[in-house]
Amino acid sequence: MRRISSGQLIALLLSTASVSAEAPVEALARLKAVGREGAGNEAAARAWKDVVRQGPTALPALLQVMDDAASANWLRTAGDAIVERALAAGKPLPAETLEQFARQTRHNGAARRLAYEWLCRVDPKTPGRLLPDMLQDPSPELRRDAVAAVVKQARSQLDKGDEDAARAAYRRALSGACDKDQVDVIVKALDKLGVKIDVAAHFGFVRQWLVIAPFDNHNDAGFNVAYPPEKGVDPKAAYKGKGGKEARWTAVTTDDPYGTVNLNKELGKQQGVAAYAYAAIESPKERKIQIRAGSVNGIKIFLNGRELYHRDEYHHGMDVDQHIAAATLKAGRNELLIKVCQNEQKEDWAQEWRFQVRLCDAVGSAVPFTQVSDPSLKRKRRASNPSLTLQARISRGTP
Amino acid sequence: MKQLFLSVILLLAAHPASAGDWPQFRGLGGTAVSEETGLPVKWSITDNVRWKAELPGRGVSSPVIAGGRVYVTAASAYRERRLHVLCFDAANGKKMWERQLAATGGTMCHPKTSMAAPTPVTDGRHVYALFATGDLAAFNRDGDLLWYRPLLRDYPDITNQVGMAASPILAGDTLLLPLENAGDSFALGVDAKTGRNRWKTPRRRDINWVTPIVARFRGKTAALFQTAGEITAYDAANGEVMWSYKSNNLGSVPSPALVDDLVIVPGNPSVALRVLGDGNPEVVWKSRKLAAAYASPVVYRGKIYATTGIGIACLDASTGQEIWRERLGTGFSASPVIADGKLYVAKEEGDISVVQLGDQPKILANNSLKEPLLATPAIAGGAIYLRTEKHLYCIAAKK
Repeated sequence: MRRISSGQLIALLLSTASVSAEAPVEALARLKAVGREGAGNEAAARAWKDVVRQGPTALPALLQVMDDAASANWLRTAGDAIVERALAAGKPLPAETLEQFARQTRHNGAARRLAYEWLCRVDPKTPGRLLPDMLQDPSPELRRDAVAAVVKQARSQLDKGDEDAARAAYRRALSGACDKDQVDVIVKALDKLGVKIDVAAHFGFVRQWLVIAPFDNHNDAGFNVAYPPEKGVDPKAAYKGKGGKEARWTAVTTDDPYGTVNLNKELGKQQGVAAYAYAAIESPKERKIQIRAGSVNGIKIFLNGRELYHRDEYHHGMDVDQHIAAATLKAGRNELLIKVCQNEQKEDWAQEWRFQVRLCDAVGSAVPFTQVSDPSLKRKRRASNPSLTLQARISRGTP
Repeated sequence: MKQLFLSVILLLAAHPASAGDWPQFRGLGGTAVSEETGLPVKWSITDNVRWKAELPGRGVSSPVIAGGRVYVTAASAYRERRLHVLCFDAANGKKMWERQLAATGGTMCHPKTSMAAPTPVTDGRHVYALFATGDLAAFNRDGDLLWYRPLLRDYPDITNQVGMAASPILAGDTLLLPLENAGDSFALGVDAKTGRNRWKTPRRRDINWVTPIVARFRGKTAALFQTAGEITAYDAANGEVMWSYKSNNLGSVPSPALVDDLVIVPGNPSVALRVLGDGNPEVVWKSRKLAAAYASPVVYRGKIYATTGIGIACLDASTGQEIWRERLGTGFSASPVIADGKLYVAKEEGDISVVQLGDQPKILANNSLKEPLLATPAIAGGAIYLRTEKHLYCIAAKK
């Protein structure tokens, strides 16, 4: 759902009479108008009370306007207060309207989840009724619960000794699974049932890269220096790097299930240096995506020459989906560039220099893309993987 | 000894919360000392439990208590993306209200900590809750939202991937926020009524977990912020530096303590400072006997009590000389607290030792709740409040 202005909001609410007849239109608009550094907090606090005073009739309109993270928590807490006080007073919730809202995927995912949770409080049968249709849901939280329900079914089948049914259920669960913990459980279970899953493909990890180093990052100062790759990638170019060392692009392929590229192995262990990793990505169409990365080092993410994300933090852990950048892939060729900075800490635990990147939609499901490589560059493989080619098609893992 | 012009006095009067309350991390004034008496010495998961409440998620924040209400935070859902503020009736454990927030910042952290690591603070009329995600909310005692700020929207480079854990405190109606990180690092003074900034001052760029304390110097209310490299007193009204002491190897987790005219600064070595008439601090003593890692030292009747790697040490506050030490085991994340001449020392696996203080220590009991316990105990209204991984316990002697 696209973000809307306060003016548009009032117009929208007035036009949706079915849900806004008693809605505190102006109050909701004030909640949405809170600005940076708390600007508008006082007006929003008054509006919050106005909205809550309306009681359960305000819930549908409140959910309708919950479309951005900044104001969502003002609205969420108001909704929670309304529901809590209504239930304590024995007042009903507009259950039918909430269920319709929760089912309609055109609405904001967080708002739909909230409607679902409120429904669950008054009707314990809600999960059984709604979740079976939510395995591919665009709301991460609803989808997660739907996946969990199917995993539970699979386990039940396994307990009954029906491996075929369990295998089918796990496959179905995997088709919706985006969160690492759930995928890991499902992949492990399928493996035991004789089904091998290409985990990297399922997640949409980028596996082929050109990498280059060493650019100077002494005293962490290189993080904000735009070295030549940030001005354009020429795979055949060579640069004078840190200490006069020549920096050249090297092609690497990772077969790590989580797409991890270990730069210490690929480029040699170095400290106080910045590396770049480049991948050319073909997209069949323009689409909004998320570029999700993990790195234990300082990281910047660029797409088509534009910096989308940065995190200047070192050796505080690495995890799948640790860094998330919203992006738009063009139809055709896109240039993905990752800057990975290593600092100069001496501790044993501070020697890692690695990263991973995947391309997915907002819920975390891999998007289709193709990697394009320059065939003139010699590619290093960390380990053989027959499923990888220079024109590897990365698509959703379909076991 | 140089003539003393200044004295350090705890700013108890600034808190509307009464002496019997426990309004912030380590209680009134951050002293970790309660005036309560008649507390139980022995308890278990069933004995001397006035009430026990299940919590909706993990957390290492402490409960805070004022006006007969207990406030606690928690984090739940996948990767702790859901944040909770809960209010219980101190008399019977009935949940008065619960509000939820969706995390707007990253949720990666060390597995030992949580997004619900900072302890909330209350003035008796409101509760202010900060989460490691940078989400900051103020509620009145009935659960009405007073204001909310997604701090990452204003300052995208705060928070850290180990997990912010320092707690906000109040100096009058200024909410003091320690936002000390590797990316962006500053202290913030926020108008507690509106959530708007009063002042913002840069801090050392490194991850830090020290909860500040409030003191008075030369008639002004000061906020003492400590990192591994310095401790600095800021005028709580405007953020201007009053004095600063720099040293390597100060603590980055435990809070400083106040005793008479001394500021006890935990570190290795720990340092006792006295602020002179020219406004600068002098070193009164240094001691390696007081080397708290995570837990903050507590001062009581002229003595300092601090956890060591294997137990507890008692030092003379005026000289830094060790008086005694006692083995209690290992694993101290929570800070020790004192009431009625007894020291309560919690260990991570859920054991709490009760130690009678005196010329020599006497271990009165070792009580276990058989659940991980990293939150500092709170003491108020004749009860000890213990927050374990899954529960909030109110421990009180049977009437």
